[in-house]
Amino acid sequence: MARYIMQRIFYLLITLFLIATISFFLMKLLPGTPLTAEDKLSEEQREIILEKYGLNDPEPIQYVNYLGRLVQGDLGISFQFDNRGVTQILMNRIGPSAQLGVQALVIGTILGILLGLLAAINHTGFLDYGSTFVAVMGKSIPSFVFAGLLQYFVGVKLGWLPVALWDGFEYSILPSIALMIFPLATAARFTRTEMLEVLGSDYITTARAKGVNELGVVFKHGLRNALIPLVTIIGPLAVSLMTGTLVIEQIFAVPGLGEQFVSSVMTNDFPVIMGTTLLFAFLFVVIILIIDLLYGVIDPRIRLAGGDK
Amino acid sequence: MDNNRLSKDLFVLKEKQNDDVDKISRPSTTFLQDATRSLLRNIPAMVSIVALLVIIIMSFIGPKMNDYGYDDQDLSRAKMPARIQLFEDISWLGFAGTLSGTFEGATVEEATQNALSRYGGNEEFIDIEIKNEGNGTKDSAKVDATYRIYEAKDMEESYFWFGTDSLGRDQWTRAWQGTKISLYIAFLAAAIDLVIGVAYGGISAYYGGRVDNVMQRIIEILIGIPNLVVVILMIIILKPGIISITIALTITGWIGMARIVRGEVLKLKNQEFVLASRTLGSPDRKIIMRHLIPNVTGLIIINTMFTIPSAIFFEAFLSFIGLGLAPPEASLGTLIESGFKSLQIYPYMLVFPAILISIIMIAFNILADGLRDAFDPKMHD
Repeated sequence: MARYIMQRIFYLLITLFLIATISFFLMKLLPGTPLTAEDKLSEEQREIILEKYGLNDPEPIQYVNYLGRLVQGDLGISFQFDNRGVTQILMNRIGPSAQLGVQALVIGTILGILLGLLAAINHTGFLDYGSTFVAVMGKSIPSFVFAGLLQYFVGVKLGWLPVALWDGFEYSILPSIALMIFPLATAARFTRTEMLEVLGSDYITTARAKGVNELGVVFKHGLRNALIPLVTIIGPLAVSLMTGTLVIEQIFAVPGLGEQFVSSVMTNDFPVIMGTTLLFAFLFVVIILIIDLLYGVIDPRIRLAGGDK
Repeated sequence: MDNNRLSKDLFVLKEKQNDDVDKISRPSTTFLQDATRSLLRNIPAMVSIVALLVIIIMSFIGPKMNDYGYDDQDLSRAKMPARIQLFEDISWLGFAGTLSGTFEGATVEEATQNALSRYGGNEEFIDIEIKNEGNGTKDSAKVDATYRIYEAKDMEESYFWFGTDSLGRDQWTRAWQGTKISLYIAFLAAAIDLVIGVAYGGISAYYGGRVDNVMQRIIEILIGIPNLVVVILMIIILKPGIISITIALTITGWIGMARIVRGEVLKLKNQEFVLASRTLGSPDRKIIMRHLIPNVTGLIIINTMFTIPSAIFFEAFLSFIGLGLAPPEASLGTLIESGFKSLQIYPYMLVFPAILISIIMIAFNILADGLRDAFDPKMHD
């Protein structure tokens, strides 16, 4: 186990190093410079600015400096926002994104499990088809289309909830709903399949034969076993939410990481782009690692070290 | 005792019957026939195939069905709502070619004034229907206004089936043009994923040993890199365009296919029929082409069918965050993105491309599910 964890962390570090390196050199290839009114600057002013941000050094030196600062958690200084540190900018931005992501993931998954459970109990019945329908829709229709529908009907037409911006809990409801559709659909389908399989197994028959009441059978014997593999899809779901937040934050004008990323792409703010990319990558690999380790803890049948994933 | 003795003459040779008894009356179906049959029986999947075919055909003939080019700008006809010949008298369909909205004010006059100022003040073509007389307090009076914009612009002979965008470009033409480009990117990306993934996975699994080890370590590192990050970085350095979007999508997209193919080939390559073929002296190439690839075809098809909708999604997603195709090119993503800008007043600009992309995504997902059911031997009864 310990060896496995070490091995995984080793790969994690290589991956992060690779991403840092790739994003550094890709940024160097970017067209355009970070200087906004380049024409208006005199040669000396340009020199001073480039010198200040260390852009005059040869690239290998810039790279080593960059890696050195990175190890200390310093992501550099933003070109756009008056010398503010990227780390600080991102820290200010992470709150709304995390709130949206957690709300969508938790509520979406719980609702999805319930929906899948109903479908499995009501196999080939009305609820089953209904939940399959919801699941296919939720998996297929892009989140930004949902977001548009919600914004137009709930926000504009009915006026129940704020259309956009970020000023308290009610502002987070619509974006969270738009984001949670995908985890909901995925969890519903997954729970349904697992639950049907579990309900058909021998120990369920045994439980029924012993006279356990139906609720006990479904929840205690059925659901608990059906949910173990659900852990494996939480990781990919969390990652897909990161993709989702990029768009949803744009639509609902939420001041989160995604919105920051998109605007820095527009303004060639290299350090912020690199910082966000690295942060996304870091969250991604860490989430996947935690989920994998957790899976082994929850289900002792999984041998982590052995075999191939 | 004697009774138990069976004498020989008790046994008579049975006359030989037709030896048809053991014959199988129908020719046995191959795996592929079996799969095809169960796919044909899957009604949602068949509906999806039809829907996709219609959309694909429309994406080619749609832009040619009227005289407007996808890049014909004309500000005098900007932001016209949808209007279709046969449906314009059925108001709830929304193809009447009118803009309508509810306006509020302290009095009916004030509400009417609000409506007039929204629609450019041309009273002659604005029908006002009073919903609430109001009592003089703020926003108590309500009127429904309907603006007959086609008449107002003296364009009663024109029909923009899906309306026009903010530059006066025909949305019908752009929507189908956009569909064609989105599908093109998706198919191309899926095809490239397929070729690279199958080759990589197949070679890695078939040769095994050190080759496999090295190739798997590479994959293990690559898979750690979130494809979102890679796609965005690639798009930033390549100039946004059809080819660069495709490259960005495929640069990590093949990994899933490679892993699936590798797993399956590993399972297959130690089976007896492969051993037999090898014993008979078949070269590697022949074993791969004749025995291994046909047996993983089902998996490859299923996986590809799931790749296509995710590529369509990613293309739309990139357009949405401003990294997609540059105007005047149209794709479903760019259309939806520009539709969002005028969602509140001109929702039709978003509705049609949004419906199209939703139908395409749903149909591909249902079809892929159907294919998985059809090709999965465990599901056959």
